[in-house]
Amino acid sequence: MLFIILAPLIGFIINGILFSTPLKNKLFKNSGEENINKTVSFIACLSVFISAVLTTFLFFKISGAEGHNISITETLFTWINSGNLKISIEFLFDPLSSVMALVVTWVSFLIHVYSIGYMHGDKSYARYFSYLNLFVFFMLILILGNNFPLMFVGWEGVGLASYLLIGFWYQDLEKSYAGRKAFIVNRIGDFGFILGIFLIYYVCGSLNYQDVFNTLSNPQFLSGVSTTIITAIALLLFVGAVGKSAQIPLYVWLPDAMAGPTPVSALIHAATMVTAGVYMTTRCNLIYSLAPFAQYVVLTIATLTALIAALIALTQNDIKKVLAYSTVSQLGYMFMAVGTGAYIFAIFHLVTHAFFKALLFLGSGSVIHALSGEQDIRKMGGLRKLIPTTSWTFLAATLAISGVPLFSGFYSKDEILGAVYHGGFPIIWFIGVITAVLTAFYMFRLYFLTFEGKSRMSYEEKKHVHESPSNMTIPLIVLAVLSVIGGYIGFPEFISHTMGIGSSNLLKHYLSGVIYNVDIAHNASEAHHLFGHWTLLMISVIAAFAGILLAYLFYMLKPAIPTTLSARPLLRSLYRSSLDKFYVDELYSRIFLSPYYHFSEQFADFDNKIIDGAVNGISDNMRCLAGYVRGIETGVLRIYAASMFVGIVLILIAIFI
Amino acid sequence: MVQSVFFYIFAILSVTGALIVVSHKNPVTSAISLVLTLFCSAVLFVLLQAHFVAAIQVLVYAGAIIVLFLFTVMFLNIREDALHFDAVNVPRKLTILFMLLSVVGYFSYTASKKVFANTVLALNDNTFGTVEGIGKSLFTDFLLPFELTSILILAAIIGVVVLAKKGDF
Amino acid sequence: MEVTINHYIVLGAILFTIGAYGVFTRRNLIVVLMSLELMLNAVNLTFVSFSQLYGDLTGQVFMIMSVTLAAAEVAIGLAFVVLIYNNYKSLDIDLLKILKG
Repeated sequence: MLFIILAPLIGFIINGILFSTPLKNKLFKNSGEENINKTVSFIACLSVFISAVLTTFLFFKISGAEGHNISITETLFTWINSGNLKISIEFLFDPLSSVMALVVTWVSFLIHVYSIGYMHGDKSYARYFSYLNLFVFFMLILILGNNFPLMFVGWEGVGLASYLLIGFWYQDLEKSYAGRKAFIVNRIGDFGFILGIFLIYYVCGSLNYQDVFNTLSNPQFLSGVSTTIITAIALLLFVGAVGKSAQIPLYVWLPDAMAGPTPVSALIHAATMVTAGVYMTTRCNLIYSLAPFAQYVVLTIATLTALIAALIALTQNDIKKVLAYSTVSQLGYMFMAVGTGAYIFAIFHLVTHAFFKALLFLGSGSVIHALSGEQDIRKMGGLRKLIPTTSWTFLAATLAISGVPLFSGFYSKDEILGAVYHGGFPIIWFIGVITAVLTAFYMFRLYFLTFEGKSRMSYEEKKHVHESPSNMTIPLIVLAVLSVIGGYIGFPEFISHTMGIGSSNLLKHYLSGVIYNVDIAHNASEAHHLFGHWTLLMISVIAAFAGILLAYLFYMLKPAIPTTLSARPLLRSLYRSSLDKFYVDELYSRIFLSPYYHFSEQFADFDNKIIDGAVNGISDNMRCLAGYVRGIETGVLRIYAASMFVGIVLILIAIFI
Repeated sequence: MVQSVFFYIFAILSVTGALIVVSHKNPVTSAISLVLTLFCSAVLFVLLQAHFVAAIQVLVYAGAIIVLFLFTVMFLNIREDALHFDAVNVPRKLTILFMLLSVVGYFSYTASKKVFANTVLALNDNTFGTVEGIGKSLFTDFLLPFELTSILILAAIIGVVVLAKKGDF
Repeated sequence: MEVTINHYIVLGAILFTIGAYGVFTRRNLIVVLMSLELMLNAVNLTFVSFSQLYGDLTGQVFMIMSVTLAAAEVAIGLAFVVLIYNNYKSLDIDLLKILKG
């Protein structure tokens, strides 16, 4: 199992050291650039492929085994051994981490293959692949670690890799600022996370998953520990998730992160890194189940995030920004599931979201590649006939994310909404439905403006439009297939019961060993349950189609409607604020950044005047002193002789007296 | 009795010579009076029954070394008016010297009185200080220093040749 | 008055002081060297007088070594004097101030 993690690390090292540094020029002077790039991409893809294959192998091993609780651990060595604290490097491959690892490794592999085509001709080709491998390495550590510090190592590591990759084209200052912003905002979340880890150690005395969860499920222990501390732990861990998984208020880095290359956005900010927060909260589901207040907080923040991000996404004009806000919104859905205790559905949505969001990003990358860098959807249109593969796969993903039946997103989203409703939160359920309408609307707006209708490009641009090479389109097709059929692993139970089909929810069955309260609590009295399962399903379907129809109306049939609507004063101001991301960045800048800059300017002055003054002052003192001492060396030999003589006389007197 | 007369005469003579060495502006005069001082020293050596040493003093010191000095002075051919840098404030210098001398004389006299308390110099046996006596001592007890001085002289010769040679070797 | 060892000691001290005074005061390089010889001579006198006092020939032997040493030193010193005169065209010691720092 070690090699699952080591393979990408080795890939990173080889690519990073051999190919990215000036060493490359010395060693490989004779091969052409093409050959170097081929070797680099081969090594990178091979290492991730090895990880993916090994993960699959281990997955079959544990899924075929008896009972739910089978898992594989592997301990390497003791990392920290100080007093009572003993942390070792050990890895855990249990159902939850196997699902995550499968998603991560296979999607990474597809994205690596895609990157071969997308980054073709870039001058930092090797550096890109080495960073990608590094990212996979850290993500795997995060997922497969068996204790909290190791997860934190992976957590920080993916933050680092994200920074490196967002600011990949660092020569452009804006892009490197985006990378910096991502890292800093992430770090704020990590602060909360680490405080949570400290508290866990304080309460449970160990940082190993098994120890912590065994302690916390022991009722005797629980009676001695106040709920407040558990709530505090849960909330602090959630702060970490807020930072990493872009919830309110720490989501601001994700739209800016679109400055990185598109495959990076696909991998990190759609499928894997941002889902680390969901993984972490699911892993700690016991803690959250013991702290209902924390669950409420999670639920509230998640819902707000989902709604607000969807509102912003309505008006954005850059393909990638729409997708970024869509990611934030879908992450909100995942955390909504966490908030109601429906962890399995959160993971389910995570998996399906990985498929279709990665597909969406890769598809948009393909569009950008086809249009040689154009990202504004107002300048696109009519691309379906020109780049058919991209547009059909993109359509598949858009249908999935909108929650159209039979596609994967439908099952996962519907399960979440059902869980929220039956958990006793009707208002939140309603907001979720509205957000689903909005999701369908803006995704199809994106699709229609980009691929359908009359082309708004100039003739020159149209001539250059070309379909992407096969190493880009094949991953698109694979992901499209997964987006369609991936929903069936979590096929809802009630449908199968009604239809008499034997198979139950595979995912739920598989993960039940890890989740402690498998069935969602049916809070609130039955009176609230106006709607049964089937009704909820219908409402979701209606919501999806409503959104699609609205988008069709606005953008295909009567394109004049959006313009006239936005001209009216009330709607216009709403439109502007949505377009400007509700001014959150500006708000942060006013509240946090300006005072901080002001403050540090004061300190810069202090540093210049006082500290430099002190250091320079010392050297000036020395020089003065040296000047005095220099007077002894007159250079006149007689003085030297005389002083020697006087010295000897004095010594003799001193001896003989 | 006779000894003390001789001693006083030649002691005063040597001190006078020393004073002239130190104060006269012309280096040739200084050299000649240095000869005087050394010669008086040689006489004092004889009084001290150090016959061989006295001969050596005259031969080497007064004979070779001073001659070398005179060679150099003549060789450098210094003009009279270029020597004025030394002639400043001679009376003042001499007074300082006399004061210094009186201080030194007083201190050394009292110090030596404390240590030696007027020990009269008695006569040693006949071979003391003769060539035979020195020879025996030099070539038995002090053979190693003797050989080493030859190396020293060799070093001095090489040094002088290196220093005085113009251009490359 | 009988001549005792004290007289010789005092004489040695006086001659030494005169020599030392000459080394520090004179500006002519050659005269400095000559005063140095004077100092050596005073020390030799003291050696010999002590050898007479103790009846031990070590003092005289040492005086011979001292004379040899003085000869070697004068040789090299005068070679220096010649070199200095060639460079500075004057024998003033106070002109040798390059080490002033």
